Amino acid sequence: MELLGLYHYWVFAILLMIGFYAVIAKRNLVKKLIGLSLFQAAVFLLYITMGKVDGGTAPIFAGDGATVFSNPLPQVLILTAIVVGISTTALGLGIVVRVKEEYGSIEEHEIQEIDER
Amino acid sequence: MIVIFGIFLLTLLVITAIAIVRTENLFVAVMLMGIASLLLAANFFLLDAADVALTEAAVGAGISTVLFLGALALTSESERSKPTNRLLSFTVVAAAALVLIYATFDKPRFGDPEAPVQTHVAPWYLEKTPEYIDIPNVVTAVLGSFRGYDTLGEVFVVFTAGIGVLFLLGGGKASGVLPEEKVNEGLRHHLIPRVVGRVLIPFILLFGLYVQFHGEYGPGGGFQAGAIIAAAVILFALLEGEKRALSVLPERVLLGLIACGPLLYGAVGVAGILLGGNFLDYSVLSSDPVKGQQLGILIIEAGVGITVTGVLLGIFHAFAARER
Repeated sequence: MELLGLYHYWVFAILLMIGFYAVIAKRNLVKKLIGLSLFQAAVFLLYITMGKVDGGTAPIFAGDGATVFSNPLPQVLILTAIVVGISTTALGLGIVVRVKEEYGSIEEHEIQEIDER
Repeated sequence: MIVIFGIFLLTLLVITAIAIVRTENLFVAVMLMGIASLLLAANFFLLDAADVALTEAAVGAGISTVLFLGALALTSESERSKPTNRLLSFTVVAAAALVLIYATFDKPRFGDPEAPVQTHVAPWYLEKTPEYIDIPNVVTAVLGSFRGYDTLGEVFVVFTAGIGVLFLLGGGKASGVLPEEKVNEGLRHHLIPRVVGRVLIPFILLFGLYVQFHGEYGPGGGFQAGAIIAAAVILFALLEGEKRALSVLPERVLLGLIACGPLLYGAVGVAGILLGGNFLDYSVLSSDPVKGQQLGILIIEAGVGITVTGVLLGIFHAFAARER
């Protein structure tokens, strides 16, 4: 049971690093942004995991006599972070589209070659 | 039972993430991202975060996929080059993952009610929300009132990102009227999507409004509602074509919405000062402080919803209107 409780945190670590791998190893700019989104998703998972309380329920007083609630604070932070995340990803995609129009490519090394010319 | 289900979902999530990174077809990667978001949303739900699950499902699985597809249509659908320094990158990543996993052994047990994160300020919010604000959803209370400054900041980040995308993609080649044959007709000539869409869109809009105004009582609020309403309009644009969607909600109106939200939010804050309270102190908005808090939250949630709808739709149209 002890190990089972750590599973959520391990998934966080692995997911974070899968996203990070895409950011550092892949050369395609869209793929880098996808990796960044995965990285972000892992952080979301960590916060929400930490807010969970055994036997708790969602922090809404529904009048059904529930007394144990999960932590509302991480939920508030992540709720706004998700929407901010999509906005910044969209900004990144906008830059990638402009890069494609100017350089004719979205592969990192090809862009660098054009820049060095 | 729920624990086993959670572990199943998390394992699927890791498998999906590996597939996303491995595939060289970006179209496949984006579709898998949608699936990963849905899995993540289901997980959030199991972890008692109903509000977050709703947001992730609407934003991650819905809008994010559409935006990525829009960007792919303007760039390319597959990666052309192999990863750089694959071995080195993998070593770095694996080492970092091992360090992170080693660190997890010091973390409090999953779900421990005595963990530091549960014993600091969280009980205060749970205890005082009925007294100060008296709405059932504590997440909305913290978001709208106790941490109203944070949310104002987030709204401005969304606002800035929307303006940024419009600056990057709004002008240039996209300006001017598209030639007739290039106008995106959407799926207007396909019967089944059109009929299904027509039935669905009013209900999606209605659900969006419900989520917006019921956010104090159940899971929901401006962020989720904005994403859901934007998704309904995007569905309309996909089915009926860009032009019709823009005749329903012209670009001027969208720009107005983008600016209106932060202004509304800020105006509530300033109204608090003018009525003798602090910035974003809603208690003074009404003779009864608790009623004032509720009124303030209702208005700022509307501001958030307006901004998010406007920004997401503005971004979508900026991508869709760009000439290929």
